[in-house]
Amino acid sequence: MSEGIGASVKRKEDQRFITGKGRYTDDIARPGQTWGYFLRSPHAHAKITAIDTARAQKAPGVLGVFTGQDVADDQVGNLICGWNITGKDGEGMKMGPHPILAQGKVRYVGDHVAIVVAQTYNQAKDAAELIDVTYDVLAPVVDTATAHQSGQPLVHEEIPNNLSFAWELGDKDQTEAAFSSAAHVTTISLSNNRLIPNAMEPRAALGDYDSGTGDFTLYTTSQNPHVARLVISAFVGIAPEHKLKVVAPDVGGGFGSKIFIYSEEVACLWASKKVGRPVKWTGERTESFVSDAHGRDHVTTAELAVDGDNKITGLRVKTVANLGAYMSTFSSAIPTYLYATLLSGQYNIPAIYAEVDAVYTTTAPVDAYRGAGRPEATFVVERLVEVAARELKMDPVDFRRKNFVTEFPHQTPVIMQYDTGDYQKSMDRALEMADYAGFAKRAKESEAKGRRRGIGLSCYIEACGIAPSAAVGSLGAGVGLYESAKIRFNPTGNVMVYTGSHSHGQGHETTFAQLISTHLGVPVDQVEIVHGDTDKVPFGMGTYGSRSLAVGGSAIVKAAEKVIDKGRKVAAHLLEASEEDIVFDAGQFSVKGTDRTKSIQEIAFAAYVPHNYPEGLEPGLEESAFYDPLNFTFPAGTQVCEVEVDPDTGRVTIEKFTAVDDFGNLINPMIVEGQVHGGIVQGVGQAMLENCVYDESGQLITGSYMDYCLPRADDVPSFGVDMTITPCTHNPLGVKGCGEAGAIAAPAAVINAVTHALGLPHMDMPATPQNVWRALQAA
Amino acid sequence: MYAFAHHRPTSVADAVKAATSSSQGVYLAGGMTLIPTLKQRLADPKDLIDLAALADLREIKPSGGGLSIGAMATHNAVAQDGTIPALSALAEGIGDPQVRNCGTIGGSLANNDPAADYPAAVLALNAQIKTDQRTIASDDYFQGLFTTALAPGELIVRVDVPKPDSANYQKFANPASRYALVGVMVARTGGDVRVAVTGAGSDGVFRFTAAEQALASDFSPGAVPEVDAGMMSSDIHAASDYRAHLVKILTQRAVAES
Repeated sequence: MSEGIGASVKRKEDQRFITGKGRYTDDIARPGQTWGYFLRSPHAHAKITAIDTARAQKAPGVLGVFTGQDVADDQVGNLICGWNITGKDGEGMKMGPHPILAQGKVRYVGDHVAIVVAQTYNQAKDAAELIDVTYDVLAPVVDTATAHQSGQPLVHEEIPNNLSFAWELGDKDQTEAAFSSAAHVTTISLSNNRLIPNAMEPRAALGDYDSGTGDFTLYTTSQNPHVARLVISAFVGIAPEHKLKVVAPDVGGGFGSKIFIYSEEVACLWASKKVGRPVKWTGERTESFVSDAHGRDHVTTAELAVDGDNKITGLRVKTVANLGAYMSTFSSAIPTYLYATLLSGQYNIPAIYAEVDAVYTTTAPVDAYRGAGRPEATFVVERLVEVAARELKMDPVDFRRKNFVTEFPHQTPVIMQYDTGDYQKSMDRALEMADYAGFAKRAKESEAKGRRRGIGLSCYIEACGIAPSAAVGSLGAGVGLYESAKIRFNPTGNVMVYTGSHSHGQGHETTFAQLISTHLGVPVDQVEIVHGDTDKVPFGMGTYGSRSLAVGGSAIVKAAEKVIDKGRKVAAHLLEASEEDIVFDAGQFSVKGTDRTKSIQEIAFAAYVPHNYPEGLEPGLEESAFYDPLNFTFPAGTQVCEVEVDPDTGRVTIEKFTAVDDFGNLINPMIVEGQVHGGIVQGVGQAMLENCVYDESGQLITGSYMDYCLPRADDVPSFGVDMTITPCTHNPLGVKGCGEAGAIAAPAAVINAVTHALGLPHMDMPATPQNVWRALQAA
Repeated sequence: MYAFAHHRPTSVADAVKAATSSSQGVYLAGGMTLIPTLKQRLADPKDLIDLAALADLREIKPSGGGLSIGAMATHNAVAQDGTIPALSALAEGIGDPQVRNCGTIGGSLANNDPAADYPAAVLALNAQIKTDQRTIASDDYFQGLFTTALAPGELIVRVDVPKPDSANYQKFANPASRYALVGVMVARTGGDVRVAVTGAGSDGVFRFTAAEQALASDFSPGAVPEVDAGMMSSDIHAASDYRAHLVKILTQRAVAES
């Protein structure tokens, strides 16, 4: 079918997005709605010695002013991090309390001090200026690498050395042995620069308490409304799950930053009961900068051991990861199980040992951001491999080829078992598209213009389709990571699909409808995808970690199989045949070997108007399924970046960027290509433009677009994109996930190209003109 | 944004009257800096005097081979004009299409942002700033960061720009804001060379006089001297030594291309 699996169907949802008809949280207005405004800390680290809200309480339009004391008085629970990491010492991670409004102390610029609720937003904002807070300013902790040295100020007094956990993965002794017998050891020190997510839609929340029923409704910008409901119910304790509905309507981008449960949404919900009216908050862009969970922020030393035959024998990594001031929802998992488990890259590495110290600082919380741990791992591996090849005077392509994993399944020394892949094939195709062979000629042409040209590869792997529940449970996850689906045929034959996944730009309404088209033979325009409402969809885990298709899509397929099984029973009755003789194909139930047939729409009608219906069979055509993956999926590929550097100014231009990815089977190639483009741009952003900077006092310097540099269209060239396909072996669709690849692969490709052009072993990201110029001056 | 009274005068006299009779009046001449400042509650004017209805001030007229540019001419209008190619090219490089269709030359000059492009053009092209009260030479007009010779309430009406024999503007944009990290305008008229630098100076736009003298006798890239890094501003995007280096490089490029 031309609109089923494999067809580049135009996105159904774009009609409303492009014409301004999207319905976002801020578009929702409830009767009697009021506005919340958050007074935030201007200091990175300070004791609150007094808060006087008397003047604010009396300001025009104000309905309530609430502080940490009110939160404590109402026994509102703390926000939590849902993944417990066990350290080398066998102890659980140390999690400092994270109240929704600061209690006695603020820990970063932007920390929440009070919420003012007023009739209008401006009244709330005006009143907030009348709150008198007395601060006793403390010394900040800003630098990641030194945050856990003794003598640093303590972010949480009860947590020594600001160290949440010191964790390890892999076999230390075996790895040391590999290094002691190595013919060559390559060492690099690097930082993985801190990023600010910048979804186009700022976070927003609308809390609505119904005193008649005792029901709470939260409209919020969430990638996973059921997870939000679970945390807000079970841990924060605002309402039991059956009295709390969480709705995440259209959401304008998340990139991870909307996975987490934040103070603002909980405070709006809680305050709506206190003032007896709905309370809305829509973040200003500045609030996004200071209070959305940031990403990355690692400081790492990494070593690669190579034998006399240029085979990698070991890899050793020591990383300090910045958690920020509080542990956000998944913050502990990102620099551990989503990072160190990918340190084998695409390579046969017999021994790996990783150590990660996770530290508190007086900065915004740090958590998953597109790629989440895997960009950091890829950057380490692909920089190490590149530098090692150069040191060994080998073409980096040959060095990679020599060390690629070629047999599957492949068990790495760091938990993961790669099910399938063909790394040679994707690299070869990428080199061909990038005209790797013609690079020397182009380099000469650049030289003639006084420019320097460089080319760099990134052969990345990621673990997606997150994740098998038993596996993550054994590693400390507090939740399972299955996904849910429900397929409901209507009597007239069109279909509602309820998914626990959440679309905030990914195109699920189209891709999932294509699954129904292929599996049930229903046209795409007869399929409605429903998501984002805990009262409508079955309990699901949401969208992140490139999981929606691999896990959520698989759940839909599983539910579709149940629909077919039931339909077969109805068809057997209507066609007067035995069930075993009924075959289903392209929307038609037929009696094998005959021309007797009933469409699935006819079966649906019979199921809802069961006048002539099998005895003992329930009416209706609606089936649910939960799918728990058997393994992670392992998208992989090669991305190639070619740059030209103007040595006079340090300006780098990307001349060519090629991506050849293996995402397994493709459902909608156009959407996949779009995901690749977006990911690459974010990866290029990290590599060349973006950098979150706090000054020594803990003030956010890059708190607006004047200083935080997001990539623009003219920062990147047209991309060369192609796919190689080795279907995933363990999910019914053979898909792997495509949402994060570019962001994971591109940074290493860019820096490998830039350092190649400069003739330098390493430079830290971002490769801004000044940083490149300075690297050249130092060389 | 705090509340303010909005005025929309239809004559320069009424505009000046509205501004001078207010305790805290501010002209709105495009608002590309002012509106974001208001939205962030960083300013609290009581009266906003919107100059959008002053149609005469939008006109760009030929004047003695050069141009007389109305203060309310948008960047886009200047970019389209083309009489002085280097000036039009500079205007074409300001901000983005939205900014170029709203922002005005008068607004930019009155604000005197140290990273704005127009100050470099006005200073290098030896333009004259005409206000409701007087004519100010460009050398007297710029007086430091966000500071000008304008008296309170004084309104720029026109900017008269002589046409040089040749000129070129080189801009190295701040990657984030796309303001000038360093911008250099080189203009040559007869034997006279003027070089003005924006974005880089710790005290705002300045004339690179050492370069002017060197180029007057030898107008070639190799003649461009170093600039003192001690005069340069410094931020996360460019420390003073890098800015000083860029001033020299961009001056050389402007000479080569003018």
